[in-house]
Amino acid sequence: MSETTLPDLAHALESEISIHGHADTNTGATNTKLGMWVFLSSECLFFGGFISAYLLYKGRIVSGPTPQDVYNIPFTSVTSFILLMSSLTMVLALASIQRGDHRRFRIWLFATALFGAVFIGGQIYEFTEFYREGLSLSENVFGSSFFVLTGLHGAHVTAGIIWLLTLWGMSMQNKLHVQDSERVEIAGLYWHFVDVVWIVIFTVVYLIPT
Amino acid sequence: MTTTIEKVIVAPEEPQQSVLRQSVLRRPKETTGVWSWFTTVDHKKIAILYGATALIFFVIAGIEALLIRLQLAGPNGSVLTAAQYNTLFTMHGTTMVFLVGMPLAVAFGNYLIPLQIGARDVAFPRLNMFGFLVFLFGGLFLYSGFFLGGAPNGGWFGYTPLTSAPMDAGFLPGRGPDFWTIGLIMLGVGSVTSGINFVVTILNMRAPGMTLMRMPVFVWMMLVVAFLTVFAIPAVTAALIMVFFDRNFATNFFVAAQGGDPLLYQHLFWLFGHPEVYILILPGMGIVSEILPVFARKPLFGYSVIVFSGIAIGFLGWGVWAHHMFATGLGPVAVSAFSLATFLIAIPTGVKIFNWLGTVWGGSVRLKTPMLFALGFIAMFTLGGLSGVTHAIVPADTQQTDTYYVVAHFHYVLFGGLVFAIFGGFAYWWPKVFGKMLNEKMGKITFWLMLIGFNMTFFPMHFLGLQGQPRRTYTYAANMGWDKLNLLVTVGGFIIALSVAVFLVNVIVTTVKGEVAPEDPWDARTLEWSIPSPAPEYNFAKVPQVKARDDFWHRKYTEDDQGRLVLRPSDTADYQGAVEERVDGHDIHLPSPSYYPLVVTLGMPVLAYAAVFKEPLLVIPGMLLLLFGIYAWAIEPGTEEH
Repeated sequence: MSETTLPDLAHALESEISIHGHADTNTGATNTKLGMWVFLSSECLFFGGFISAYLLYKGRIVSGPTPQDVYNIPFTSVTSFILLMSSLTMVLALASIQRGDHRRFRIWLFATALFGAVFIGGQIYEFTEFYREGLSLSENVFGSSFFVLTGLHGAHVTAGIIWLLTLWGMSMQNKLHVQDSERVEIAGLYWHFVDVVWIVIFTVVYLIPT
Repeated sequence: MTTTIEKVIVAPEEPQQSVLRQSVLRRPKETTGVWSWFTTVDHKKIAILYGATALIFFVIAGIEALLIRLQLAGPNGSVLTAAQYNTLFTMHGTTMVFLVGMPLAVAFGNYLIPLQIGARDVAFPRLNMFGFLVFLFGGLFLYSGFFLGGAPNGGWFGYTPLTSAPMDAGFLPGRGPDFWTIGLIMLGVGSVTSGINFVVTILNMRAPGMTLMRMPVFVWMMLVVAFLTVFAIPAVTAALIMVFFDRNFATNFFVAAQGGDPLLYQHLFWLFGHPEVYILILPGMGIVSEILPVFARKPLFGYSVIVFSGIAIGFLGWGVWAHHMFATGLGPVAVSAFSLATFLIAIPTGVKIFNWLGTVWGGSVRLKTPMLFALGFIAMFTLGGLSGVTHAIVPADTQQTDTYYVVAHFHYVLFGGLVFAIFGGFAYWWPKVFGKMLNEKMGKITFWLMLIGFNMTFFPMHFLGLQGQPRRTYTYAANMGWDKLNLLVTVGGFIIALSVAVFLVNVIVTTVKGEVAPEDPWDARTLEWSIPSPAPEYNFAKVPQVKARDDFWHRKYTEDDQGRLVLRPSDTADYQGAVEERVDGHDIHLPSPSYYPLVVTLGMPVLAYAAVFKEPLLVIPGMLLLLFGIYAWAIEPGTEEH
C-alpha cells in the first residue's frame, strides 16, 4: 500500500467511499463530518462569549495584578508554538492512516497528544505562577475573565488529548484500519479547531496591549 | 443509484464500523413494552416521548399560571406569599420556554422531518434519544429544586447581580439560582445536540429529487430553527457559567464594585434570548404553512417568499436583542440601531402573514379543527406582532418596560402564536401518529374555548400595562383601578385551562374508542401522508422519488385540458400508487436500540447535583457513568447486522 501512486490512492479512496456509502449523502460530506462542523460552529459562539467578557473588562481593574504584571510572553509564545505544531503532526497522522501506514500514524498521533500535553503543562505552570503573583479567580475582573476563558480552553484541549490517546490505544491494538480513517479526521477537525481558538485567544488576550 | 442511497438511509450513523463490532452490554432488542421506550432510537417514538413529556410540563406550567392568576384576581391577594410568587413566575416562564415550547417544536420536528423529506430516520438516532433524555432529566432536575432547598426564583431571564450574588449575600434565598443555571446549561446541551441532528438530517438525508426548494415549509423553518439553536444556546451557556462562577467561586464578572458589568449578562442572555423567540415561533409558522394549503385546497401562496422571509428572520433575529434593554441606558447610537433593526424584522414577518392570507384567499376552505387553529394563529400572531412593533418605538418601549403590556405582547406571540399552531398541529397530524382521528366536535370546542379564554386573559393586560401595573409583582393595592380587569384576566385563564382539559379528554376518549384513521384523511400534499397510519417503523417501504414540490398531491391529481383538477389514473407509469401498501418490512435495516444514551444521560444529573451542592465526591460516579457511556457508545455500531 505504501508504494501506491497518488492517483491510485485517490481511486482506492473513492471506491472505499462508495463501498461504505460515504459520498451518497446530499451534500457529499458524511453525517458525522457535517455534524462535527456544525458543532464546532456552535463552539465559536461559546468561546466568543468569554472572549467578549475579557475584552470588555480590559483596563477595568480596581485592585491586584494587571496583565502587564503577570504575562510572560516569551514563555507563552513557546507553548503556543508547540500547540500549533501539534496541528501539523495531526495532519501527518491523518495522511499516514489514509495511506495505510499505521506505524507512522501512531508516531504522529502520539506526538500530537504529547504536544497538547506539553501545552497543558505550560498552562498549569502559568496558572500557578500567576496565582503566586497574587492573581486569583476572585482578585479582580482580569483574573476572573482570564482564568475562566483560558481554563475552559484548556479543558477543551484536555478532552482532545483523551480523544487522541483513545484512538492511539485502538490503533495499538490493531482496531483502527484504513477505512476508519474518518474517525481520525473528525478528531482532527476538533483538534485544529481548538488550536485556532488558541490563536485567537493568544492574539487578543496576550498580544494586544491594554 | 437507488441502492447506494438506501444504504445510507438504512445505516445513517457511522456506517463504516469494520472491526469495532463488539458492545459492552448486551444490545437491547425490545421494540415493544415499557423498557423499549428507554432504549429506542426510532425518531417517531422519540417524538412521542418529547411530546408527552412536554405536555405534562405544559399542564404543570399552566397550574403555576393559574396560581399566579388566583393571587392577582383581586387587590391585596393572600393566596401566595411574595417568595412563592417569585418561584411560580420564574418556573412558569422557564418551564414554558425550555420544557414546553422548545421540546414541542422538537417533537414535531422529530416526527415530521424524516417523513417529509423521505428518510427512514434522522442522521444520529442515538444522539436523538440522548437529546430527549437530557431534556427529561434536565426538567426533573430543575423541578427537584422544590424539594432540595429552593426552586429557581430569579425570573426566567435570571438577571445579574440578583442571581449571581453568592448565597450568603442574601439577594435570593436558597439554592434557586444554582438549580436554575445548572439546569439550563444541561437543557442547552440537549437542545444543541437536537439542533445539530436536524441540520445534518435536513442537509444530508433528503430522498432523491427532494431538492431544498421542494422541501415542505415546515422542514425549512425547522432548518432555520436548528441553526438558530446551535448558535444561540452557547451564548447563554457562557453567561450561565459566569453566573455560576460568580455565585460559587467569587469571580467578579458581574460585581460592579470590582469593575464587573451586570449588563454584560443581559447582552449575552438576550443575544440568546431574542433568537430564542424565533426558535419558538418559526416551528409554529412552519406548522401553519402546512395546514393552510391542505384546508384551502390551494398550493401555498409564494412558497419561495415564505422560505426566504423565514431565512431573513433567522438572520435579522441576531440584530435586535438590545430592544429588550432599551430601559438600561445604552446610549442613543445603540438604541437607534436596534430600534431600526426591530422595525426591519417586522417586514419578513408581515410578508408571511400576507402569504398565508393569499393562500386562503379564493380557496375552497374546509373549517376543520386544524384550520381553525391555523386561522386563529394568523389573527392572534398578527396582534402580537403589532404590539411587538410598538416596542421598536423607544420612548413607548421605555414606558412599557416591566409592565403587563409586555406580558400581553409576548403571550400573543407565544401562546396566540406557538401554542395555537401546536394545537392545530396536534389535530392535523394526530391520525398519522396514532392512527386515530381526534373527535372533531371536541376539537372545535377546544378551539373556541381557547380563543375566547386567551383573549379574555391577555387582551386586558394591554390596558393594565398602559395603566402602569408592573410585572413580577405579587400584589397591588385596591385603589389603582386595576381590580375589574384583573378579575377578568383570571376568569380568562381558567377558560384556557378548561379548553386544555377538553383536549385531554378528547385524547383519552379517541384513544379508547376513536375512529380509525385512513392514510390520508385530509387529502394532503406532503410525503408523510403517502404512508400508512400510524407510520410504520421503517417509514417508507420504498424510498420515494420526488418529482415536484407537494409531490404527493401530484401523485394523486393532475390537470385536464381546461386546467381543471382531476384525479390521476392510478396506473400512470410515471407514478407508483399514490398511497403505499403496508409491507412486512423485516428486511429493512433500521438503527438498533441502545442503552448508552441512557447511561450517558444518567451521569449528567449526578454531575449537576455535585455542582449545586459542591460535593466533589459525586463527581466521580458522574464522570464514570459519563465516560463509560461515551466509550461504549463510540464502539457500538449504529446498526446491528441481522
